[in-house]
Amino acid sequence: MPRKSVYKAEIEHIQVMDENGVIDAAQSRNTLSDEEILELFKFMQQCRQLDEIAFKLQRSGRMGTYPQNKGQEAAAIGTAYAAKKGQDFLVPCYRENAALFMHGLPMHYVLLHWMGDERGNQIPEGVQQLPLCIPIGTQMLHATGIAWAFKMRKEPKVALTYFGDGATSEGDFHEAMNFASVFQVPLVFICQNNQWAISVPRESQMRSKTVAQKALAYDMPTYQVDGNDLLAVYKIAKECVDRARGGGGPSFIEAVTYRLADHTTADDARRYRDPKEVDMWLGRDPLIRLRKYLETKDLWDETKQKTHEEKCKAIVSEVVKTAEGIEKPSFDDIFDYTFAAINPELERQKRTARTSSLGQDPTQVGLTAAAEMANGK
Amino acid sequence: MPRTDVMKQKGLTLVDAINEALEQEMTRDERVVILGEDVGANGGVFRVTEGLQKIFGKDRVIDTPLAESGIMGTAIGLAMAGMRPIPEIQFDGFLGPAYDQLTNHAARYRTRTRGAITIPLTVRVPVGGGIHAPELHSDSPEAIYAHTPGLKVVMPCTPVDAKGLLTAAIRDPDPVVFFEPKRVYRSFREEVPEEEYTIPIGHAKVVSEGTDLTVVTWGASVFECLAAIDKLPEDVSIELIDLRTIYPIDLDTIVQSVQKTGRCVIVHEAPKTSGFGAEISSLIQEHCFLYLKAPVQRVAGFDTVMPYYKLELDYLPDAKRIAESVTQTLAY
Repeated sequence: MPRKSVYKAEIEHIQVMDENGVIDAAQSRNTLSDEEILELFKFMQQCRQLDEIAFKLQRSGRMGTYPQNKGQEAAAIGTAYAAKKGQDFLVPCYRENAALFMHGLPMHYVLLHWMGDERGNQIPEGVQQLPLCIPIGTQMLHATGIAWAFKMRKEPKVALTYFGDGATSEGDFHEAMNFASVFQVPLVFICQNNQWAISVPRESQMRSKTVAQKALAYDMPTYQVDGNDLLAVYKIAKECVDRARGGGGPSFIEAVTYRLADHTTADDARRYRDPKEVDMWLGRDPLIRLRKYLETKDLWDETKQKTHEEKCKAIVSEVVKTAEGIEKPSFDDIFDYTFAAINPELERQKRTARTSSLGQDPTQVGLTAAAEMANGK
Repeated sequence: MPRTDVMKQKGLTLVDAINEALEQEMTRDERVVILGEDVGANGGVFRVTEGLQKIFGKDRVIDTPLAESGIMGTAIGLAMAGMRPIPEIQFDGFLGPAYDQLTNHAARYRTRTRGAITIPLTVRVPVGGGIHAPELHSDSPEAIYAHTPGLKVVMPCTPVDAKGLLTAAIRDPDPVVFFEPKRVYRSFREEVPEEEYTIPIGHAKVVSEGTDLTVVTWGASVFECLAAIDKLPEDVSIELIDLRTIYPIDLDTIVQSVQKTGRCVIVHEAPKTSGFGAEISSLIQEHCFLYLKAPVQRVAGFDTVMPYYKLELDYLPDAKRIAESVTQTLAY
């Protein structure tokens, strides 16, 4: 019998706006209006400002380790803008703060998280998202379960989950992709391929030529987009969100971007990264091309830039003030939030937390007890 | 499903009782869903979910892909979104791949979000040895999960307790690991109330009252302890405690008993070192030191890998080892 092909596939790469802010007219249908681009550009700058200030807070000892988001804002904002705030559900890792803010997370929550306060994860009522997820790749299964619940209850909601290129090596990534595919849940997988998993480059992380092709194994519509191109990210994300909402199941987006900063403030990327590579990507910064585009449309200029920068600084300064103004959490919280109702052992530990005999019956501690026993008490 | 004639005349097995609790909770609360490997058409490898897919459909009794972390992780997501998932992990040894999701996520979510997001799930896991099963099908990992803050760990060994505790677990607002001693699945029947009821998590049961020595145990070992007590002279009075819930532990029941008897033997299938018996022994010396007439003894599995089944009965604490330990502790 002759051999025959049983499967063929290809991966599309989508770019709408290039590094110089020039739009491909054929690709620009169903993307964003100039008014929307302007608003999102302004929001992106605000998020960048928070990111820069978060870095400085760490450097000046006012905050713990922080992973900068710098350079990846278009991937976060373009996808989040394609989803409905207050209805659709975001499941992040930790390099898409802008998406979380766009969907209603007060900015100081993220600072609080990195200041070592769990209340930064105490997502306010009505904000449809999970808090930052620190271990790599575990959250996509939660997103799959959440999207599955939407499908079970026939709710017109979609979940979006974010992760990096490194996360696609994790078993949980593949289990999430498979479950999502088998049960056709309304979920969009968004890989922020920022080229580096701490010090390991993408080429050492996987032999696959694209991350997007991993979704072919799960028979999902899959795309590679220029992740620093807000319009391309939005265009594809909208397509995926709409399909999911319409019952068309999960999709996969590889947003090709770059981690312009170190992995975290505890990292020094100069140890393993070629500065020429960083320089090249600095030129591809999503903010630069958006500004160029808006300037050619006469929607932006240096005066507007200065005014907006001042506004962003003022907003972020308030955010920092809010975060730093929150008093240290109560030590009792660690006992009170382990279960819905505290159990007797935890109650004993809470009561005796500052004594030398953790949880011990006071009548059984030390010489007093022995003396009382001897005296027949 | 209505009870069969056998059930009406002779009572329910552990499997029947768990099945009935699942059916009643699924009927009562449409948020309850079962997911796992072979739980649907096949009714689970131990037939615990038999017939449930027929009643509730494929969307509520779900055959999943073969991936334990996937089962646990998606169950967490379902719980986050307001469902009441009951994931089944087919055997104790297969909890390993789900360990990360269970301990690092399910157990921590309430505390890491200060109550904003909670994980009301009940994971059902057949546990323990004694049924001539293949490798990694006979382990007793309860201490690992009892040592994980944020999890409740339950191991009933009678049909009545299993039904009541499973119902309580499903209704519990926090994640519960529900261990089912597979050796007891069909070993006996007892009368079980037909209507739904709960037995509160965190309460031990005094199986038999006594004054000379306390035996604390749980799971299938309860029946080995009963057999051991039968071997002892009639004038020896043993108080037997079935812990039923491993965490949160019912300290009061143990302390009251040991303060009365002054002697205690702890029995469990899991390896001795860092087994849950070690915790109980510590608690006894913290709370009963001045009442003790003898050192607390442990009859446990060994610090070895659970052997294949030709040697499993040599590994598991049996009536003879337990009776010897009790005799020695009484003679101290």
